[in-house]
Amino acid sequence: MEAQDIYTRLEKQFPGSVSDFKGDVKEPYFTVAASAIVDVCRALRDGVMLKFEVLSDLTALDWPKEEKIQVVYHLFSYSQNQQIVLKVDLPRDNPRIATVEGVWKVANWFEREVYDLFGVIFDGHSDLRRIILPDDWQGYPLRKDYVEQEEYDGISTQRAPLVEKLLR
Amino acid sequence: MNQTAEAQTGFYTEDMTISVGPQHPSTHGVLRFVVKTDGEVISEAIPDVGYLHRSIEKIGEKVTYHGYVPYTDRADYLAAMFANQAFCMAAEKLAGTEVTRRGEFCRVIACELNRIASHLISVGTFGQDIGAMTPFVHALRERETINNLMEEICGARLTYNYIRIGGVGYDILPETLTKIVEFLDHFEPIVLEFNRLLSGNKIFRERLAGVAVISREEAFSYNLVGPNLRGSGVKWDIRRDIPYSIYPELDFEVPIGTASIGALGDSFDRYWVRIQEMQESVKILRQCLQMMPKGPAISKVPRKFRPPAGEVYARVEAPRGDMGFYVVSDGSEYPYRVRIRTGSYTAMSIIDKLSKGIMVADLIALIGSLDVDAPEIDR
Repeated sequence: MEAQDIYTRLEKQFPGSVSDFKGDVKEPYFTVAASAIVDVCRALRDGVMLKFEVLSDLTALDWPKEEKIQVVYHLFSYSQNQQIVLKVDLPRDNPRIATVEGVWKVANWFEREVYDLFGVIFDGHSDLRRIILPDDWQGYPLRKDYVEQEEYDGISTQRAPLVEKLLR
Repeated sequence: MNQTAEAQTGFYTEDMTISVGPQHPSTHGVLRFVVKTDGEVISEAIPDVGYLHRSIEKIGEKVTYHGYVPYTDRADYLAAMFANQAFCMAAEKLAGTEVTRRGEFCRVIACELNRIASHLISVGTFGQDIGAMTPFVHALRERETINNLMEEICGARLTYNYIRIGGVGYDILPETLTKIVEFLDHFEPIVLEFNRLLSGNKIFRERLAGVAVISREEAFSYNLVGPNLRGSGVKWDIRRDIPYSIYPELDFEVPIGTASIGALGDSFDRYWVRIQEMQESVKILRQCLQMMPKGPAISKVPRKFRPPAGEVYARVEAPRGDMGFYVVSDGSEYPYRVRIRTGSYTAMSIIDKLSKGIMVADLIALIGSLDVDAPEIDR
């Protein structure tokens, strides 16, 4: 099934929740409303002729100018040999979305990483802790306006340029 | 704690919480597990990752496309070539850059040599973790030859920075090609020797047969990729199913788990897939060496590389499975976002689930059979 057909079918199944299909790009994608993400994902996983068995990747993009954080889902179907990309726009000041952990188990770790690096809260997640950074780290590094904290546990996170060090 | 056992024997046992794994930055494979056990039986193994986080994704937003290639090396130091290739493929897809035909052959040759080297480390250290010291030394001896070849090809032994946008950095010299043939002739019987030494070893086999079985559905749900997925009986290889580079012209098999001694998807199946893949890589290399055309190794790519705005997702079949680079461009000289999706990250996430109710010794077998590579998890 072509990406266009998948979109048309979901549009009928979830009126008003899926929109903005882009098919003339390298990786066809469409936007899903945050409230419908779990249902859309489940329909994509279980639907006849869809069978997107795996969540290949889950990440986010920060768009400070548009005041939004985009969560991006890369779904893949082994049986159909096809990829589809879902995007969800969230407000930048309070990014919250339901977890898809119940659909694909791997989402647990992917979502923890997005929480860690972008500060997106996944409602209903079983274990939403920082995964890569220390638990008491401040800020979300992959946001575009991130400023690194100067000190961590009394250790400076800044380092003088090598030349200055040699001249000293 | 087992209440009935306590009542029967009168012994009082308490759950233990132990920390498994090194955590000094200079040790090999910095993985840590907080393991809760009841005697020898694990009730929970919580992975603690992040010791090797080098913010490679963030660095991607600060350097140019050409300048980012050396950083991708560091994502997985055992298979740097594949990260190079995945990123370059993403950049090429964004800008519509052509790769020269000889460049593609150089890429595949370098990658398949790298795959053999990576699998050698994987099966070698696996044996060592289980308690077989000798095979590790044999595996490292062979890998050393590959490192020498790599040094001749690109001047580096570990972090290659060989594959560039549009082709490869340097052409492979005819002398090196001869040396690769010599190595293949030498290596093919070595695999059989390795099988006699390790794969056929009774202790080794019994430590792996039927241990930590991963079903097909679980493998999908946790998005296992590469040999771990194929070990569960799924015939899927990106080289064959989403063809890239010159792989469609090459003839090779995709080995899958067959439950040869235990259950389908057990630790031995995953190990055995890797051994067979090394043999397939040898086959691919021999074909490449015969078919290799003449011509330039790299196409003309502007120094100021500015792909049009857009986004791509490029996958390659790395030794640890599907390695994906999700690159978003806003039309400037710097990527807007680079996301690296690695096989070890997802493989690591299944360990907690599988470790419930197995023995501590089996946890080591499980981690080894999944071939998780710490730098690739943390990036």
